[in-house]
Amino acid sequence: MSWPSRRARTFPHGVHPPEEKQFARDVPIEVVPTPAAVAIPLLQHLGAPCQAVVASRATVALGDVVGRAEAPVSAPVHASIAGVVQRESVATLPNGRHVTTVPIKAAGEQLEGQALYDAHFGGDWPLAGLDEIAPAEIVAAAGEAGLVGMGGAAFPTHVKLAPGPRRPVDTVLVNGCECEPYLTADERLMREAALPVLVGAKLVARAVGAKRIVVGIEANKPEAIAEMRRVAPELGIEVGVVATKYPQGAEKQLVYALLQRIVPGGKLPLDVGVVVSNVATAAALARAVLRGAPLTHRVMTVAGHGVREPKNLLVPIGLRLSEAIEAAGGLTDDAARVIAGGPMMGFSVAYLDAPVTKGTSGLTVLAARDLDAEPERACVRCGRCVDVCPMGLLPTRIALAARYGEWELAGSYHARLCVECGCCAFACPSRLPLVQLIRVAKARLAKMTA
Amino acid sequence: MTAEPVRIAPAPALHVAPGPHLTVSDFTARRMMADVLLALLPVAGVAVWIFRWYAVLQIAVCVAAALLAEALFSRLRRRRAPLDDLSAAVTGAILGLSLPWSAPWYVGAIGAFAAIGLGKAAFGGLGQNIFNPAMVGRAFVMVAFAASLAGGAYVRAEAALPILTQATPLSLAKGTAGAVALPGLWPLFLGNVNGSLGETSALACLVGGLYLCWRRSAAWQIPVWTLAGAAAAAVVANLLDPATPLTVLHHLFAGALFFCAFFIATDPVTSPLSPRGRAVFGFGVGVLVVLIRTLSSYPEGVVFAILLMNSVTPLINRGTVPKPFGGAVELPGGAK
Repeated sequence: MSWPSRRARTFPHGVHPPEEKQFARDVPIEVVPTPAAVAIPLLQHLGAPCQAVVASRATVALGDVVGRAEAPVSAPVHASIAGVVQRESVATLPNGRHVTTVPIKAAGEQLEGQALYDAHFGGDWPLAGLDEIAPAEIVAAAGEAGLVGMGGAAFPTHVKLAPGPRRPVDTVLVNGCECEPYLTADERLMREAALPVLVGAKLVARAVGAKRIVVGIEANKPEAIAEMRRVAPELGIEVGVVATKYPQGAEKQLVYALLQRIVPGGKLPLDVGVVVSNVATAAALARAVLRGAPLTHRVMTVAGHGVREPKNLLVPIGLRLSEAIEAAGGLTDDAARVIAGGPMMGFSVAYLDAPVTKGTSGLTVLAARDLDAEPERACVRCGRCVDVCPMGLLPTRIALAARYGEWELAGSYHARLCVECGCCAFACPSRLPLVQLIRVAKARLAKMTA
Repeated sequence: MTAEPVRIAPAPALHVAPGPHLTVSDFTARRMMADVLLALLPVAGVAVWIFRWYAVLQIAVCVAAALLAEALFSRLRRRRAPLDDLSAAVTGAILGLSLPWSAPWYVGAIGAFAAIGLGKAAFGGLGQNIFNPAMVGRAFVMVAFAASLAGGAYVRAEAALPILTQATPLSLAKGTAGAVALPGLWPLFLGNVNGSLGETSALACLVGGLYLCWRRSAAWQIPVWTLAGAAAAAVVANLLDPATPLTVLHHLFAGALFFCAFFIATDPVTSPLSPRGRAVFGFGVGVLVVLIRTLSSYPEGVVFAILLMNSVTPLINRGTVPKPFGGAVELPGGAK
């Protein structure tokens, strides 16, 4: 059922940043030893924050609910280690938000090492009988397990999977593009745990009533493509190879590349009958539905010239970033910038005590030599940003309007449609902080319309 | 008792900055300007081959004056002189190549000061100017030293180089009613004719220009549509006046059209942003060049064509805002 090997599909515009996958793509997922403590943030998703439901000094087991919210768009958080709850604290997440955390000090028997790995990816995954599971049951399991999109946006999965009767979905796209340079967590997952990913994809399709499932993988991951193609036919899933181009993993761009459908401005893939799910989210859904396990751990990459032993790690949510870096051999002497996520859309981190969240796909650690020393100059209106913008915008115009506080003007250039992928600033010969300026304009416009 | 000095364990200094944290490595504003200078090498080479020391002197004077003017006007504006961005050197080089070999040195120097001062610094420096600085300088000296830049100025009967005793092709076409032998198309293409320093060889402009487009330091749409616009206008001009000695190919290869299409019109600052805008701009330049050649008393129309199209570039930008991927937010959905 996999696609004939035609030319790789793609989307208009975009850029080709250095791929930098060599750091960790051939390093198997390693389980991080149970830390002495974790700090579970009560807000790790798009939506309402959770309230703690465990008291200080209570004993919790792995997977116990630690916080939940009544609001429909939210996701509960769970204990990622067994231990004793400490007094609530506050942490600054890489995106700059201050959130309440529930610290847990490790105590008692822990699930760790190979057993933890197997609980996530090993063992038997039923290929039959998936179609007998009621859609409502899948949605409920996703909600209870606290699943959120693990590709970055962290939108609660149970909300995405319950689209309502008026919007029929015919296709599920499984996003295995991982177009961000340096990151290899999704690639490792596809190579080591193809079965849970694909079973999870089946469950997504079952939940939304889609008939067709396509896994989209960038052409620079031949091993992952081969492994997925080995397993996919049994489940009636297609594997589509897409061009290695940034931002191929952006939802609208992936929908266009694989299905040639254009998501209208300001709408969701849902509006063209598509649900897009990241490979890690799919695997987590399989685990939630078939094993009743909540989202307590995730795979993240720690890579770049700034770490001594780049690795892909299976880490508990709430692990300190500094501990993840230590697990990858620690910082090198010339480490210069730690980025939560990939270098294109990730946030640089000043506070390495920040906890890993459900959306932390990795840490990119750049050395001084990776950083650009070119000074910012005046815009020469070369239009490179226009040529590369995957949303077809005029980035320099929006940024200029933002610089002068002309918010309506920025809006008239469709600032709201910007996905902040960073292609414009990547390509800008004058090194203007285009994305940052557009972000400001978007925030102002959102406030004005609110 | 001396206090123990406080020891801080050496740790890497971590920097924070907004993303993206990677930038394209071989493409900077400075590199774009360096590309233009590099692309001008074949053009300058042909100029030196044909006009010998006249070319060397003219280009050197213009570049030096442009750099001096940039330093001076930056000082007046209490800014650091951005000579290292190479934009002033590019302006000087293009101005020099657009002048006749016979123009006295002070024409080039004054032109360069006008280019940088009136054309760029007055608007706020690099990136802020509306008009192509080199063409502002060229227009200034065209008016101020009309005799030194008229068609007749290119010809000196006593010149040592034989080519300098011949009229420029476009002056020939303009000055006489029929019955003149224009140079063949092949010399026009190669550049073995009299004219402004950089304009004579379409081939050299093409070589440098293709490099610029390949490097993406110039937008390919502009030269393509400039040449298309000129060709279209030339076809119309030939239909209206079949007796004209200028065929369509003469229009393309004679005068400064190739130089204009690849090096002047492509100035990013003064040309539109979007591909569609660039096409409109280029087509307009091409049409205007031929229009001025055929209808005005000037033999060549590049300077005014560029300045006119520069003046409408903001309008073109406004009228050619690309349609976003998936359409604007306000549009109702339903696309499939």
